[in-house]
Amino acid sequence: MPRIPGIGDTSAILDDGLEGLEHNFVTARVEDLVKWSRARSCWPATFGLACCAIEMMATGAAHYDLARYGMEVFRASPRQADLMIVAGRVSQKMAPILRQIYDQMMEPKWVISMGVCASSGGMFNNYAIVQGVDQVVPVDVYAPGCPPGPETLMHAILTLHGNIQSGELTRRREANAGGAAIHVEPPAPVPSAQPVELGSR
Amino acid sequence: MGYFRGFAVTFKKMFERRVTTSYPEQKRDKPARLHGRHVLNRYEDGMEKCIGCELCAGVCPANCIYVRGADNPPDDPVSPGERYGFVYEINYLRCIHCDLCVEACPTEAITESKLFEFSFTNRSDAVYTKDELVVDASTGRPQHLPWEDWRPGEDEHTSAWMRATSPSGDATYTGRVSWSGELGHGVRAPEVGQAGGAAASDDGPDDGPDDGEGPA
Repeated sequence: MPRIPGIGDTSAILDDGLEGLEHNFVTARVEDLVKWSRARSCWPATFGLACCAIEMMATGAAHYDLARYGMEVFRASPRQADLMIVAGRVSQKMAPILRQIYDQMMEPKWVISMGVCASSGGMFNNYAIVQGVDQVVPVDVYAPGCPPGPETLMHAILTLHGNIQSGELTRRREANAGGAAIHVEPPAPVPSAQPVELGSR
Repeated sequence: MGYFRGFAVTFKKMFERRVTTSYPEQKRDKPARLHGRHVLNRYEDGMEKCIGCELCAGVCPANCIYVRGADNPPDDPVSPGERYGFVYEINYLRCIHCDLCVEACPTEAITESKLFEFSFTNRSDAVYTKDELVVDASTGRPQHLPWEDWRPGEDEHTSAWMRATSPSGDATYTGRVSWSGELGHGVRAPEVGQAGGAAASDDGPDDGPDDGEGPA
């Protein structure tokens, strides 16, 4: 093996491992690095539906400054977003649009249900409001409050970051079959009524 | 020179104090009447204040409170009255923190603390049972659940809203103590919101934007 500048003689690397090199190394698993970087550049999609969006804007503004977590860019395009913050009440008419935005987001993607209206319908227990956005999309973290303050939303975001980094969300998704507890069964093969006999006519 | 004049605001702001509160390290001061997570209080002798009258559940506009009352066991009573609340649940995915339950409660059993930093990863965590809501039987402080972000000293402010508000909405009664003592606190003084209240409270309403001790 040649001598690589900056690293040293790598001829004995197969026998001694990294010990014989001139410089020190920090090793990590690729999975941990990926989770670490995912947690620290979690771009949210704008899905402000009601008054919770005001608090979401306040969280991104200077006094609370979501840029400290690397998530100051609220993406209008779902293809560039990792996290959907459903802020506000979801009406029955908005639910298919919400699901479409969620489907357009790239994997891996996460959802924070911000506020009681998005989480469970809140005080709007009526025919017009979806009673919990987790009937439509899989929700990772619920932020309570009406509306949640910026610190409540940041607590939810930090909870989500911790879960991304510990891999708990990935495990839960496998148990949950990927979302919203909606299981689509493949259509059963239709048994033909009679075997087709060729050449009988 | 017009180029630099355009940056005048930028350069001026560069040397001002930052307004950012870096949340996980420090919290912004809360106003005296903030509505946060509820607590169920106890009297000074450790008895629960809740009598299971279900007025809070009746007044709740979001129908997030579920209460069932039962007769007190005569040999080991839970509350000093005839009845006590043996089931008390609040769904925090419905609660809008309007404090109507605190107003409706005849015994000041339910008050709101100033904790508002909590979030859940599943729905069952969000339904607080009575064991989670009631204050600790020895210290009288709220219980710290793993998904809540309590800081030292925050659990002392459990009924500030009630003590900052005039009893029955009558402004002429300001400054009078009309509430009973709490376990671990005793009979507390009125808050700064009332005339005759504490002059300088440690949790005053000073919530100005320059309050945060952000990095200079």
